[in-house]
Amino acid sequence: MTAGTYKPWGKLDIARRVGADIPEGWYVNLGIGLPTLVADHIPEDREVVFHSENGILGMGPVPAPDEVDTWLVNAGKENVTLVPGAALFHHADSFAMIRGGHLDLCVLGAYEVAQNGDLANWTTSLNDRVPAVGGAMDLSAGVRNVWIMTTHTTKDGQPKLVERCGYPLTAGKAVTRVYSDLAVLDVTAQGFVVADMVEGLTRDELQKLTAAPLHYA
Amino acid sequence: MIDKQLEDVAQALSGIADGASVLVGGFGAVGQPNVLLDALGEMGVRNLTVIANNAGFEPDIGLGRLIGRGCVSKIICSFPRGSSTFDTFYKAGKIELEVVPQGTLAERIRAGGAGIPAFYTPTGVGTQLAAGKETRTFGERDYLLEHGLTADIALIEAWEADRWGNLTFRGSGRNFNPIMAMAGRLTIVQAQHVVPLGSILPNDVVTPGIFVDRVVHVPCGDPPIAKVATAQGGTK
Repeated sequence: MTAGTYKPWGKLDIARRVGADIPEGWYVNLGIGLPTLVADHIPEDREVVFHSENGILGMGPVPAPDEVDTWLVNAGKENVTLVPGAALFHHADSFAMIRGGHLDLCVLGAYEVAQNGDLANWTTSLNDRVPAVGGAMDLSAGVRNVWIMTTHTTKDGQPKLVERCGYPLTAGKAVTRVYSDLAVLDVTAQGFVVADMVEGLTRDELQKLTAAPLHYA
Repeated sequence: MIDKQLEDVAQALSGIADGASVLVGGFGAVGQPNVLLDALGEMGVRNLTVIANNAGFEPDIGLGRLIGRGCVSKIICSFPRGSSTFDTFYKAGKIELEVVPQGTLAERIRAGGAGIPAFYTPTGVGTQLAAGKETRTFGERDYLLEHGLTADIALIEAWEADRWGNLTFRGSGRNFNPIMAMAGRLTIVQAQHVVPLGSILPNDVVTPGIFVDRVVHVPCGDPPIAKVATAQGGTK
């Protein structure tokens, strides 16, 4: 197949794929940005509980403008709702859930993911701006499954999936799966293993956009 | 009779000196002791070390305003973004910054208040934030040594308080407040409601009064509406 005959998955396509892969009963933390889209794409018949770093289990949908409870915000400081069964708690308990391995999954964004699962997603430089880490290091070090939602390359076309991260690490050997706009890849002892890819994309093309060797199950 | 309630905010803050370390509760617009922070700024104290999750938000409110008045010389926080005042002071070299992962910050405060001087955590291993910290291997995994954190003062916002200092919180207003109340040598609470002793049921007390030194009634109302929500949603 010739180049240019494939269409990358859109943000909602990726969110739908991630949502479809989250099993019934999982406790899940969604990172700020792209991952928040996943909340709206959990299959109807599945109960999944969303966690927020600032002390919420059981976050619900975005409130209607006239139903906002300003006493409830999520980790992105946006107003949210609670579902029946929700629980509120303090920050140390919230991170005990994260660090203690009680959460099943977090879905995060990334600047780079290395083939051994190293994650760089908190700062792109040592000096040029105010460093701010939030809960990213706790989530990536503490949660059992760390899935990444990202474009496969940067806006400049540079691969984000690499042999070794160039940007400062958030956590080592943390990522278990990557959902890019071109492929779904598992991070294994062998490296990146492609589980699925965009229709019309060839293995050669995908490899050219990836700075680490790709494997196929 | 134990009565931790004080008449006004000025009395509640009396004795806070230059150079004090100050824990400040709150996350987003919720649970922020903004009235205490504003009054602290008006007192003109200098060289405060503030420990909080963020470095303030709006320039005219709370921590942002305290920084803008030049009262803060160092901030220990996890996410100093979204504060134009902090950015200005930081770029001008007028404020020192220590960035701590959010969960490590919470646990350092919890540990400090619980009499635990230090602990090992998996968070931050192999990162820039591990620089200079002891690493130890337990089982197959490496962990960083992090130190407990206490402070001269804790500034707390609560929903209800009684004269013994028992506290409840509302919504996501709990956040750092209960653990900071434990870690402050002088814990000062601004409470939306001050209620008679016994009206908070024992099982509903979130922060027992033993952790609280001063209470002041500040019925400041609901937090402002947050920025427009995007697609954050929840359980179907």
